Amino acid sequence: MENKFFHHALKVRDDQCIGCTHCMTVCPTEAIRVRNGKAVIIDDRCVDCGMCLRSCPVKAIHIEHDDFSRIFDFKQRIALVPSVLIGQFPEEISVTQIYSVLMELGFTAVYEVEHGVEILQHAMRRFMAQQGQSKPVISSFCPAVVRLIQVRFPALTENIMLLKPPLDIAAHHIKKLYTDQGIEGHEIGIFYITPCAAKIAAIKSPVGEERSPISGVINMDFIFNKIFRSIKQGGKNEACLLPEINPLTKEGVMWSLTHGEASQAQGRCLAIDEIHNVMDFLEKIENDEITDIDFLELRACDESCAGGVLAAANRFLTVERMKKRAKNQPSIHDQTAENHPQAISNYEQYLLQNISIEEVNPRSMLKLDEDMSEAMRKMNQRNKLMNVLPKVDCGACGAPGCQALAEDIVQGKAGIEQCFFIRNRQLTAGQLDMAGSTAIIQKIWGNKKLKNTD
Amino acid sequence: MLFDFEIQGGDFATAGNASSQIKKILKQLNVDHRDIKRIVVALYEAEVNVVAHAFGGKISAEINTTEVRIRLVDEGPGIPDIELAMQQGYSTASPEVREMGFGAGMGLPNMKKNTDEMHITSVVDEGTTVELIFFLNQTPPNH
Ligand SMILES: Nc1ncnc2c1ncn2[C@@H]1O[C@H](COP(=O)(O)OP(=O)(O)OP(=O)(O)O)[C@@H](O)[C@H]1O
Ligand code: SF4
Ligand code: SF4
Ligand SMILES: [Mg+2]
Repeated sequence: MENKFFHHALKVRDDQCIGCTHCMTVCPTEAIRVRNGKAVIIDDRCVDCGMCLRSCPVKAIHIEHDDFSRIFDFKQRIALVPSVLIGQFPEEISVTQIYSVLMELGFTAVYEVEHGVEILQHAMRRFMAQQGQSKPVISSFCPAVVRLIQVRFPALTENIMLLKPPLDIAAHHIKKLYTDQGIEGHEIGIFYITPCAAKIAAIKSPVGEERSPISGVINMDFIFNKIFRSIKQGGKNEACLLPEINPLTKEGVMWSLTHGEASQAQGRCLAIDEIHNVMDFLEKIENDEITDIDFLELRACDESCAGGVLAAANRFLTVERMKKRAKNQPSIHDQTAENHPQAISNYEQYLLQNISIEEVNPRSMLKLDEDMSEAMRKMNQRNKLMNVLPKVDCGACGAPGCQALAEDIVQGKAGIEQCFFIRNRQLTAGQLDMAGSTAIIQKIWGNKKLKNTD
Repeated sequence: MLFDFEIQGGDFATAGNASSQIKKILKQLNVDHRDIKRIVVALYEAEVNVVAHAFGGKISAEINTTEVRIRLVDEGPGIPDIELAMQQGYSTASPEVREMGFGAGMGLPNMKKNTDEMHITSVVDEGTTVELIFFLNQTPPNH
């Protein structure tokens, strides 16, 4: 079944949007139009990659997260932090310091997402060895990539690894730890510190999973500022040492970076980051141009999660710091029996039972119509329109290019007179008067841009 | 609907362009993704064969609601023994072509497997015509 309603954390603030078309031009799925002088995101097409947010010159696109005070609705307040959080800080600031400040802010425990990797690793091996599984297996790690495959590469949905990413495994582990101690579900607040919008979308409307055990999501840039400020103001934070269950593994630290997964999977594995690179590669995979690949790690951001849209630090410095941290951590492969009783490896059986996700459904957004003969009619009409349109791709019509406008027109979502060149022809031919032309421009661009402000 | 494309012989960098364009059209026409997959896989192999073995050619695709017919007409050496060429592992690919990862002799058998009908006619020293026919919506669910 195709779910029509997708949660998107990315929102355009109408009061700040200046209708400049930057976001519309960069969106890799052509999900943005300008109406009334404001950018509008088409929900069904958006994959939450965050490219639009990066391109906005006035910060009119933001990522909605949960109010921080919501953590106090819970008795147990667990900060679920991705390892890229540590990479945001300069090296002088220690991991303990960072986590101590999180406790000062009100959390009762800090848990690192990538502990989930210890469980996922085993499950991945099993999944890859399954008979009849379409190759290459495509990682389910990056939610923007999963959605991209659903809307643009529907045939490849069957290649997606049907296993939860480390985040969900970690959340299930936490939930179990606390409920085993007799703490009730409603008292456990698990808050994920997110590096991107895609993770929020995946938590609020999960693909292939019923409900996420995560109670809320807080943007990483917000937490970064809070922590950094507290440390700069010379808090006493080094004093408060955290109870450490088990140190995070090297592989865990590196997991969310480019090659983090591919270096751990079996067979011929490839890692590709940045959404355009990912799209180019998926195109080739879909044609069967590249065969014999066993595993594909695909990430929407350049330098993977170090380049997440909510990262505050330079992504290359983040990677450098994380690599240094990884050096001092134990390897996943030499885990010994002296595990802490609450360590995730002791919950392997339980977590493996819950590790699968359901089949990921295709929901192609490229079709011109549900019905094929109708789609053919629309395609013919679009092709005719393309002969008439100027092919300048100027965006003055409020669509990202001439072809996008033509497709909007045949689907009844736009009119040909939105094109400036067509309007000019109509004016010259006397089919349109100045007032009519102005009205059309106002519909796309609002009133402001037509006024002489001198 | 009819669509036409050109293929450049010897240009491996652009081999696959026509397949990608036809794939995009099929997606826009809401053809089932399983049908799209086998069409594109067969067409890509056929396209590469023209690039690898012939001097150049043309593709014409005819799409309607029940079937897709794709004809590839090339100018080239032709295939002297089609039955032999159809055998798995048979290839006359040059060492340079093999170097690029082609030439396993799996193209034609793979095309056969992914089409509902395939017709090849060829005249030595003139060229080859390959017709790929696909009936739509006949794949049972889950394969
Ligand atoms: N369009 C063509 N023109 C001339 N010869 C062809 C053409 N298509 C195929 N052949 C001949 O048939 C042989 C078998 O083709 P097939 O596609 O099965 O294998 P291949 O192209 O050699 O290798 P592969 O497709 O596995 O990369 C080719 O080696 C070539 O001799
Ligand atoms: S998040 Fe990505 S897909 Fe969604 S509107 Fe922005 S640029 Fe487009
Ligand atoms: S690469 Fe990481 S940060 Fe970027 S969208 Fe994917 S999961 Fe989010
Ligand atoms: Mg071949």
